[in-house]
Amino acid sequence: MVERSLTRGILAHFIMVLGVVIVAFPLYLAFVASTHTAQEIVQAPMPLLPGSHFWETYKAALFGRDQGAGSTAPVARMMWVSFVSAMVITVGKIAISLMSAFAIVYFRFPFKGLCFWLIFVTLMLPVEVRIGPTYQVVSDLGMLNSYAGLTVPLIASATATFLFRQFFLTVPDELVEAARMDGAGPMRFFKDVLVPLSRTSIAALFVIQFIYGWNQYLWPLLATTSEDMYPVVIGIKRMIAGGDGQNEWNIVMATALLAMLPPALVVILMQKWFVKGLVDTEK
Amino acid sequence: MASLSLRNVIKRYGHGPKANQVIHGVNAEIADGEFIVIVGPSGCGKSTLLRMVAGLEEISGGEIGIGDRVVNDLEPAQRDIAMVFQNYALYPHMTNFENMAYGLKIAKVPKDEIRARVDKAAKILELGHLLERKPRELSGGQRQRVAMGRAIVRQPRVFLFDEPLSNLDAKLRAQTRLEIQKLHRELGITSLFVTHDQVEAMTLAQRMIVMNGGVMEQFGTPEEVYHTPASTFVASFIGSPPMNLLKSAPGCQAGAVLGVRPEHLDVSAADGWDVRVESVELLGAERLVYARLGDEQLIVRVEEGTLHPQPGDTLRVAPRPDRLHWFDAASGKRR
Repeated sequence: MVERSLTRGILAHFIMVLGVVIVAFPLYLAFVASTHTAQEIVQAPMPLLPGSHFWETYKAALFGRDQGAGSTAPVARMMWVSFVSAMVITVGKIAISLMSAFAIVYFRFPFKGLCFWLIFVTLMLPVEVRIGPTYQVVSDLGMLNSYAGLTVPLIASATATFLFRQFFLTVPDELVEAARMDGAGPMRFFKDVLVPLSRTSIAALFVIQFIYGWNQYLWPLLATTSEDMYPVVIGIKRMIAGGDGQNEWNIVMATALLAMLPPALVVILMQKWFVKGLVDTEK
Repeated sequence: MASLSLRNVIKRYGHGPKANQVIHGVNAEIADGEFIVIVGPSGCGKSTLLRMVAGLEEISGGEIGIGDRVVNDLEPAQRDIAMVFQNYALYPHMTNFENMAYGLKIAKVPKDEIRARVDKAAKILELGHLLERKPRELSGGQRQRVAMGRAIVRQPRVFLFDEPLSNLDAKLRAQTRLEIQKLHRELGITSLFVTHDQVEAMTLAQRMIVMNGGVMEQFGTPEEVYHTPASTFVASFIGSPPMNLLKSAPGCQAGAVLGVRPEHLDVSAADGWDVRVESVELLGAERLVYARLGDEQLIVRVEEGTLHPQPGDTLRVAPRPDRLHWFDAASGKRR
């Protein structure tokens, strides 16, 4: 047992507080910036206390405005697009991975080993590597600027398949046999036993994949050209005009904060399950 | 309820000349309501045989019949059987009630009847107050009872038990053994019980199958197996301490093995064999004397309070003439 001494406690807290400040200060600055007008921010020194234009800025960001240097599309729509694609990616990934892991672990079919290794090998090929051919395929299928185009190429997941496979391998064989004795067919066993047993892993994956889907940048940048299909992350980028254009930093900052909100909420709400899924071995 | 018959049952893994045969033609006719124990050392094929009856392993040859139906090609759920597993195999995310009801739910039994059947089984097994809990909140013995309850509610024609007591501690094991006996008396369902523990086998069985190396060595009542073992394997496997098997004892013909149980060696007789005592164990009511006759080892059971031999002593023992067993040395079979 480590002895608790006062100096040690103070030092530990000092380091932690320092860490929090380092992480939190930029966020605070973004918040401060989003409560001022664009002119106030660009003056030196930049204000460090919140201003009085909070509602105006956020209203302008969420519902769009008439003119600006970069994109002026409403953020509310972008958030919706982001939310839908993140949800489709997350739910799709979990569903497909669960089923493919189920097939790989519990069924004997020709070239089963090959199938597993093919899935496994794709782990080594991130989206960025195959982005050219993927773009070609999606554009040929006419899926640019659609939810399908935003989500389908990102749905298959070797990581999640692998995770579920490892979990299914730890489920005792006797449980499978007991289910057979009870007359449960394969899909029944999947639905009534395997999925409920994997619920903590599913929750952990949900958090990870939702954030993954929400934060997608490179792919939506290619796959969307029309303002009403921008995810919010792309929206931020499009708001910043290049060159000498006068950027409305207050609105950019507001949008950035808005974009952070849903992933943060997901983490906070699912924290308990998330941690359980990573550490628990409830069997 | 139903009779169960195994007709020349064979299990092979693999095909062709490389096939590995693990069960070599088992024949057994089990009457309706009998309690049969399959006993043998690990790897003798006893669990495989049970799993073939259950339908969890394919039958490579022969026939298994339950009642008047041959079940070789039926799914486990269609065989009218229920199985209790060694590790209970309860669904961890379901309550005990749901665990017991799951099979009935799949069979689309009406809700009221499920409730009634589970309640009845819970009453028999004294599980009533535990039905709403999850398996992980129960002790090993209670989980075992839930597993039995799951078997009972299905109202099967045959019960299969796969070493159900081996995960329990000694005291609980004895208690559960009595409960299983009581249960069998009350329900009278044909049962097949696999164990490696000969005490369990002797106490539970109405008749027992002794297996070794995939071969059924003997099928008979515990008395028959104890008093007239069919082979040297059965003789040494059943009974504790095991039967003495002697090849060069006085009176032994060449090619024959003389078997005599430690408890059938008389130490008060006037004449007999002189043996050298090597070590002595006190078990409470009795002493086990490990002795040497010529160059063969001999175990003698001595009642506590009669004799107190020391290592190095010479002891005169006489086998009871009506309790001698003769076996063929080459085949190991009883003569």
